[in-house]
Amino acid sequence: MSELLPGDQLHSFPGGLKLRHHKQVSCQQPMARSSLPDHLYLPLVQHQGPPGKLLVSPGESVLKGQPLTTAEDDSQVPIHAPTSGTILAVDQLHPVSWPPGSRAACVVLAPDGDDRQASFEPLADTRPDAVVDHLNRLGLAGLGGAVFPTAAKLRGDWPGLHTVIINGAECEPWISCDEMLMRERTEAIISGGVILARTVGASQVVIALEDRMGTVEAKFARCLREQPPALPVKLRQVTTIYPEGGERQLIQVLTGREVPHQGLPQDLGVVCHNVATAAAVHDAVIEGKPLIERVVTVTGPGIAQPRNFIAALGTPIAHLVAQAGGYTGPITRLVLGGPMSGLALASDEIPVAKGTICILALTEDVLSRRQSEMPCINCGECVRVCPASLLPQQIFRHLAADNLAAAERLNLSACIECGCCAQVCPSHIPLVEHYRHGKHQLIVRQLDQRRAALARRRHEAREQRLVRERAERQARRAERKKRLSEPEQARDEIQAALERARRKQKP
Amino acid sequence: MTAAVLSLGLLALVIAAGLAWAGRRFKPDDDPIVEQIDQLLPQTQCAQCGYPGCRPYAQAIASGEAEINQCPPGGQSTVDALAGLLNVDPIPLDTDRGEPGSPSVAIIDEDRCIGCTLCIQACPVDAILGASRYMHTVISDECTGCELCIAPCPVDCISLVERPVRWTWPRPIQQAMTDR
Ligand code: SF4
Ligand code: SF4
Ligand code: SF4
Repeated sequence: MSELLPGDQLHSFPGGLKLRHHKQVSCQQPMARSSLPDHLYLPLVQHQGPPGKLLVSPGESVLKGQPLTTAEDDSQVPIHAPTSGTILAVDQLHPVSWPPGSRAACVVLAPDGDDRQASFEPLADTRPDAVVDHLNRLGLAGLGGAVFPTAAKLRGDWPGLHTVIINGAECEPWISCDEMLMRERTEAIISGGVILARTVGASQVVIALEDRMGTVEAKFARCLREQPPALPVKLRQVTTIYPEGGERQLIQVLTGREVPHQGLPQDLGVVCHNVATAAAVHDAVIEGKPLIERVVTVTGPGIAQPRNFIAALGTPIAHLVAQAGGYTGPITRLVLGGPMSGLALASDEIPVAKGTICILALTEDVLSRRQSEMPCINCGECVRVCPASLLPQQIFRHLAADNLAAAERLNLSACIECGCCAQVCPSHIPLVEHYRHGKHQLIVRQLDQRRAALARRRHEAREQRLVRERAERQARRAERKKRLSEPEQARDEIQAALERARRKQKP
Repeated sequence: MTAAVLSLGLLALVIAAGLAWAGRRFKPDDDPIVEQIDQLLPQTQCAQCGYPGCRPYAQAIASGEAEINQCPPGGQSTVDALAGLLNVDPIPLDTDRGEPGSPSVAIIDEDRCIGCTLCIQACPVDAILGASRYMHTVISDECTGCELCIAPCPVDCISLVERPVRWTWPRPIQQAMTDR
């Protein structure tokens, strides 16, 4: 019997929570295109990785789609001008969403209102490397929120890769940007999925949706019927249990196998991309359009008319909130992402970037759930809900005792920061924050170790070089001595030296 | 009987020779304990411990010649780690040798550099690039912040700046402790 391919049968992942999903709130109104603000603030870093090299300087005028930075390798992702206008400055200290509460370099662009476009070149070359280079050049990064460089995810030779999973399972309550995108850009998503599958040599595409997404499935089914794609494309509805939209959880649902804690989805022959990334891949390859806008959900009890916007990257959040009818009253917390794993935002001046999936404005009542922390009572609730099969309370105990090594032995790094454990903890321990702290400490420690190893290697290399040089010097000296000890030879040498000196004196 | 003694003796000889050869051939490059100690040292190679680099200091510790508290860049945590490894009681860091500071990196004011190469000769990890009479520059990823290049510079154009630290998620404040 041939092996089942992902999607032939649905499975489940451990733990998880059934949450009230609040999505309809922002789905009442159709997606709208945001107006252009007076100024766009484009962070140089909008992805996981170092910034590209800046290409523009203040005063310069740019066209829509013109690159503002350039990448040297797959870890860097260029940014592009979302519209035509003038570069006013590079603000080194503009508020950005990551790291929380920080400021970073942003290109400030004043739109001129003409939206003059650079020429967009569709890609004719279908060789995988050409496609991957093209996607990197056009600024693609994962639009599901993690903003991992798309090129880095695609590059490489994965011989057993058979399936590209297009993830349309929205990961958190309140967020509906993916659902809206799937309603409106069904064809582009299918086309992008097929391009991704061809690029990595996969033989099928599986599009995963939530079972609560109503008309979306019918829309996909109709598109697939009317325009059969070049590769088999399967449609699968998964049960809405948080966090089924997490990459590893979704893969487990579709394949019945767990991605090893230290491994990658590719080890199971699959690779997962978000629906918005798939649509952007279509735009880049078929239309030659760089990544300059994205869909953002603006929602929450604190927003007067929640809805989804297509926003130019760099649009200040406040500008979107104003178009959503403004705030309903005092906001207690502005969150980037969802209520479970989102990040608190320090200000609404922060611009929309490639990873801005949702702006959630919370008011008093939602927040009052937060209560003061009590000691762990070992109830085991957190273990029951952890989708990564970890032991949250034990990891927490080790971290509280500053024992990073023990926490890592329990696979701290495999925590997906979903927030399930903290949500159910009767003692209101902010477990996820402890894990984030611990994970960062681990990263710093690893970097230190790597730097120390490098210094050690270089020091050893230098010692060896010095020893070698000393030996060479001694050998030369010995040689010279030997030659001078023979009178015949010495006379010649002296003669030659005098000759050289004389020549030098003459002009 | 004699045959047995002889053959056994011969066998013993052969084995002894083999062992001796193997001993020389596969001589462990280094003492494993020195290696383990060296692994715990920060590899700044700054010589503040009184030895010309981390490895010589590791050797000195292993031979009992040096105390475990002589490395300022490593700070108290290195002393504690060494104490743990060697199974001795931790002692306070010897701050006479220097204060543990935050990780830093050298930068050369390239306008003032006269290209004398003295700093290149001082750098223990070959992190300075340049040629005679040409301006020099520091490869900051490889600089350990050991400060050894500062003193030799005749025009004082090298300074140390703090290495930009990565942002890390703060430790959550233990509410239970403060609320009650
Ligand atoms: S946040 Fe981490 S530890 Fe907690 S449930 Fe999610 S994966 Fe498990
Ligand atoms: S849910 Fe909270 S109280 Fe219960 S075991 Fe986990 S950490 Fe402890
Ligand atoms: S003091 Fe400097 S040279 Fe000595 S062990 Fe510490 S870092 Fe290495």
